[in-house]
Amino acid sequence: MAKITLKDLSHSYLKSQSSDVDWAVRNVNIDWNDGGAYALLGPSGCGKTTLLNIISGLINPTKGNILFDDKVVSNLNPVERNIAQIFQFPVIYDTMTVYDNLAFPLRNRKIDEEKIKSKVHEIAEMLELSSTLSNRASGLTADGKQKISLGRGLVRSDVNAIMFDEPLTVIDPHLKWVLRSKLKELHQKINRTMIYVTHDQTEALTFADQVVVMHEGQIVQTGTPVDLFEKPKHTFVGYFIGSPGMNLIPCEFRGEEVILNGKKIETHKKVKSNSFSKTEIGVRPEFINFSSDGIPVKVLSVSNTGRHKIVDTQSESGKIKIIAKSSDDIPSGSAFLNFKKEYTYAYGDDWIIE
Amino acid sequence: MNKTINQKAWFFVIPVFILVAFNAIIPLMTVVNYAFQETFGNNVFMWEGTRWFKQIMLSERFHASLGRQFLFTFIILFIQIPLGIAIALSMPKEGIGVPVCLVLMSMPLLIPWNVVGAMWNIFALPDIGFLGHSLNALGFDYNFTQQIGDAWFTTILMDVWHWTSLVVLLSYAGLQSIQPAYYQAAEIDGASRWAVFTKIELPKMKKVLTIAILLRFMDSFMIYTEPFVLTGGGPGNATAFLSIDLVKMALGQFDLGPAAAMSLIYFFIVLLVCWVFYTLMMRNEGNQ
Repeated sequence: MAKITLKDLSHSYLKSQSSDVDWAVRNVNIDWNDGGAYALLGPSGCGKTTLLNIISGLINPTKGNILFDDKVVSNLNPVERNIAQIFQFPVIYDTMTVYDNLAFPLRNRKIDEEKIKSKVHEIAEMLELSSTLSNRASGLTADGKQKISLGRGLVRSDVNAIMFDEPLTVIDPHLKWVLRSKLKELHQKINRTMIYVTHDQTEALTFADQVVVMHEGQIVQTGTPVDLFEKPKHTFVGYFIGSPGMNLIPCEFRGEEVILNGKKIETHKKVKSNSFSKTEIGVRPEFINFSSDGIPVKVLSVSNTGRHKIVDTQSESGKIKIIAKSSDDIPSGSAFLNFKKEYTYAYGDDWIIE
Repeated sequence: MNKTINQKAWFFVIPVFILVAFNAIIPLMTVVNYAFQETFGNNVFMWEGTRWFKQIMLSERFHASLGRQFLFTFIILFIQIPLGIAIALSMPKEGIGVPVCLVLMSMPLLIPWNVVGAMWNIFALPDIGFLGHSLNALGFDYNFTQQIGDAWFTTILMDVWHWTSLVVLLSYAGLQSIQPAYYQAAEIDGASRWAVFTKIELPKMKKVLTIAILLRFMDSFMIYTEPFVLTGGGPGNATAFLSIDLVKMALGQFDLGPAAAMSLIYFFIVLLVCWVFYTLMMRNEGNQ
């Protein structure tokens, strides 16, 4: 029930920091709007969990502030921040029954026993735990235990946000899908801010309205799944999202123009500066087609996935992948490629040029 | 689980069986031999049946030493287990403090039993020992060689000093194996420090604590060297625990028959208590 703002947030697990790599999270500025469904996407070790623990108050950030509705909460503990969090591996209280486990967060907050009962039964119903409520929690399977963990996170209705740290890792694929839709359904019902950490792009794109992509401790882009696909602001987003990822081809910036293999390429925006140590052109395989004139390439291989064909080609500056309709004819040997101008971006030092 | 039935597998058990036979079963059998017979040396034995067992079971001396033994074991468990857990909880979890604490904690465990006894004997002497002299200087009338209460106090203090570390080390290992996520989840759930201890730490330490209690029970129930060197079982028979009494009977009085019967009864008490305790502690573990 609050907008969560992270301001100039950085965190390091080391006592002193000399370079960028010493920071687990650096220069994060982001607003999480009240009631939003967010996914925090990134590879293992990019700082997602650290960021989550900072928001919930389990970790005190080295620098920066956390605000709930413009009120600084940096020094408050998780209970005072009133946040629910679900961890990657199931955490259950072994000696308690399933019911007591689910009731535990409520009992700690001295809530009326009648209210607890109805709340626990409601959550148990949703997670299909009703029949095991009186069993000892330690006897359950891994996914049963994780459902209890989920339940403990969802049982409090007044929380400021619910955060999920890769909660479905131990759940089997079928149930994963069921639980994910349940969470989505629950989000629409209770309308709480939910932040869902994952390294799985499908999971992120299906769960969230807004996806936040992290890379090496930084937030590289925040946007809708469509934004991330159509206009990656950082080469990492292009590469990480999509299957196969974006083609990133080394090129040359000459004045305002982007030159690839001596040929001028039309990009979305003109280049303004040449002061980059790394210059690339990025275009998704979906936005390339064969034509009679353009970038000369050699077709290496074609694989048919059923829905479409993925063509591997070799240009002078590197490999380029193309996604073509399965009905399309693919030229063999030499061919020419044409990039769709509005989806072709120039990247200087990994960041988009706009 | 499907087990393959193959009787030939018994052959593989033979080496272990022979080893155990020589280091346990055969020596024990000589004790059994003495327990049912009377001997006057020269390998002449006379069958006595269960006479020695009846004699021991009805002897007041045995009742007294058994009572002292249970009281001693109960007191030291009652002190060492909570104290060990408390120390383990207050030890640092990371940094340079960890090895320092672990080494300091292990020190008493590395000292031989008779040295511990001798150390404490000198330490507690009322006239020249640091502990004894200090207590008397502070106005306490302390003399462990004369007063029963003081003898018990010193013996218990010595055992606590010597063995609490074992409980600390086992509890510490149990605590270290708890995933940080448990503490984080408890923090999110708003659990009090007490709830974290009773709902997370104690259940997670259950197995190591079972081991700790068993080890401390067995060791303290069979304690011999330290009280023997410290008090010699005295004053009178005040600190003559079972094994001290047993050695007196077997080697002091050379009553081999009753001593052998007492050994067997002693052995069965240890076995029975351990079995009952272990079964009770582990009865809910089967479904995990």
